[in-house]
Amino acid sequence: MAEPAIKRSDESNKIVDESIDKGIARLTPEKIEQVINKVLAAETGARLKTYVETCVHCGLCSEACHYYLSHDNDPKFSPAGKVKQTIWEILKRNGKVDPEFIRDASRIAYTECNLCRRCAMYCPFGIDITYLMSVVRRLCHMLGVTPLYIQDTAHSHSATLNQMWVKEDEWIDSLFWQEEEARDEISSLRIPVEKEGSEIFYSVIAPEPKFRAQLIYQAAVIMNAAGVDFTMPATPGWDNSDLCMFTGDYEMMGRLKKAHFETAIRLKVKRIVMGECGHAFRSVYDTGNRWLAWKMPPIPITHAVELYYELLKQGKIKIAKKYDKPVTFQDPCNIVRGKGLHEKARYVVDAICEEFIEMHPNREHNYCCCAGGGVINTGPPYKMTRIKGNRIKAEQLFATKARGAKTIIAPCHNCHGGIEDINHHFGLDMELCFLSDIIYKTMEKPA
Amino acid sequence: MHDIYNFVSGPLVWVSFVIFFGGSLYRLISMAVLARKKDVFVYEYMSLKFGLRSILHWVIPFGTVKWRKNPLFTIVTFTFHLCIIFIPIFLSAHIILWKESWDISWWYISDTAADVLTIVVIASCIFFLVRRIVLPEVKYLTSISDYVILAIVAAPFITGLWTYHQWPGFRVTGIIHIIAGEIMLASIPFTRLIHMFFFPFTRGYMGSEFGAIRHAKDW
Repeated sequence: MAEPAIKRSDESNKIVDESIDKGIARLTPEKIEQVINKVLAAETGARLKTYVETCVHCGLCSEACHYYLSHDNDPKFSPAGKVKQTIWEILKRNGKVDPEFIRDASRIAYTECNLCRRCAMYCPFGIDITYLMSVVRRLCHMLGVTPLYIQDTAHSHSATLNQMWVKEDEWIDSLFWQEEEARDEISSLRIPVEKEGSEIFYSVIAPEPKFRAQLIYQAAVIMNAAGVDFTMPATPGWDNSDLCMFTGDYEMMGRLKKAHFETAIRLKVKRIVMGECGHAFRSVYDTGNRWLAWKMPPIPITHAVELYYELLKQGKIKIAKKYDKPVTFQDPCNIVRGKGLHEKARYVVDAICEEFIEMHPNREHNYCCCAGGGVINTGPPYKMTRIKGNRIKAEQLFATKARGAKTIIAPCHNCHGGIEDINHHFGLDMELCFLSDIIYKTMEKPA
Repeated sequence: MHDIYNFVSGPLVWVSFVIFFGGSLYRLISMAVLARKKDVFVYEYMSLKFGLRSILHWVIPFGTVKWRKNPLFTIVTFTFHLCIIFIPIFLSAHIILWKESWDISWWYISDTAADVLTIVVIASCIFFLVRRIVLPEVKYLTSISDYVILAIVAAPFITGLWTYHQWPGFRVTGIIHIIAGEIMLASIPFTRLIHMFFFPFTRGYMGSEFGAIRHAKDW
């Protein structure tokens, strides 16, 4: 989502964020100390202690981080560097930190770390730095110091159970609208709403009905063509996204996932299939279910990449003519480091495209898009933080382009947002697609 | 001098071993109890198979992308860690002490080999020190305690080498050597040297999460 970087004074390079300013103004050192110690005592234990006491300050995690690499190896942006500036200091001072410290901690945790988990693969001890940054976010949330735009999103979640203030009737309307549009193309097409006992509950994130409605259209075409028995709910709980997980509002994360899972159970579906989104996958598969005390999700979760893999492998979708421009593939952290879907994704890419060119590094070692982890949701004030923080991605993509790639496939909404901005800012001039964009274009469609 | 020697090589050895074993056991058990109380899901997700899979990759030199990207560091750190455990256990001078006190002994390395390996350890310590001073990303993370820990580890090897070669003042360095060894042992449970015992758990847990839940590699 390329929004202009407003409210940013170029001279001081200082980012103005009203929500953070107001949050900071409400804080006193006493309140900070009290909140921090309460949260740390209630919510942290062996993991935090072990991670902090095991870290030997070796700096080996540094080169894992795209912010560090993109800022000419500035140690302040290394994973452990960010931990040093936040949680180490908080623990060392027993929570006796001032409001300005919290302002910096909030900036670092919310906008200079994407929680992409790449550093866990570079720290020999496997210290979960993502977890440490999440603890900082949790503290900032409890102190009321969250960036404005992502907090607005969290409010939307809280009020509507979806990310984008989509009203219930607007949601249903969007489905009917997409169904009607698609019926011009395939006359028998249906987007079955509230069909109890379906095989699949197809779930999306709220940006799809809000401004990427064609993705619902394409998914409907793919599933109708393949004869998939699916349904979409008419009630709140349809949205699988979860920015509360990233603000540190875990109570809300629990509410969201409960509504989501309960919707699936009410519809008596066998599994939830979700669109091409990364962070939502993390929420339903990894984080949200745990908050609700489900070791694994109470109902199987299938990511779109897995669905496309199944449909292509079983021959339920046939490709009429493969996509002829050379493509490369962006491995999204939440479904690759989060579910190991990289090989299935490559199977899909090979099945639908003529020529595939790997970017390097790739698979689990791919660089983050710099939009995930809620960073893009902190909005326009931090747009340049994301772009400057991911020059390395531009370099990686330029190198891939030099080897012939013309199109980037990214099966994740956040990856799209991040790469789109990088594409424009650095003049990369590459096309950006979802897998479903290409499947839709290349598949055999029923009349 | 003899009284001091007898004291540091007698009661103090016992004290340091008790602190080392007792303290380490205490740290591990208290961490396990705390995890049971506060991070109970760690027990749920810990997987022997995937934990070991990850540990295995990380304890093999060049077994991970990270190790391959930093060949010099990898060689130094593996040699260093192997040596600091290997040398004290298989040093003939130490085995003589075991023989005299307990009448037990085992295979030992030649003094020349020990000499070379000790120099390797000291050189590695210098490498780590220079790294801390020179590399910005390491310097940024470094506090006084990091130098102290490095000194604690280097001291027994420097004094050991000095004493073995009977360089000037070797009687004093001999006593310092024993004390330095005792300090090192005793400080393991209560400093970041505890990484020696926590490593299998932190790496194993990350390996379990990556392997069993996320079906991905973490190396």
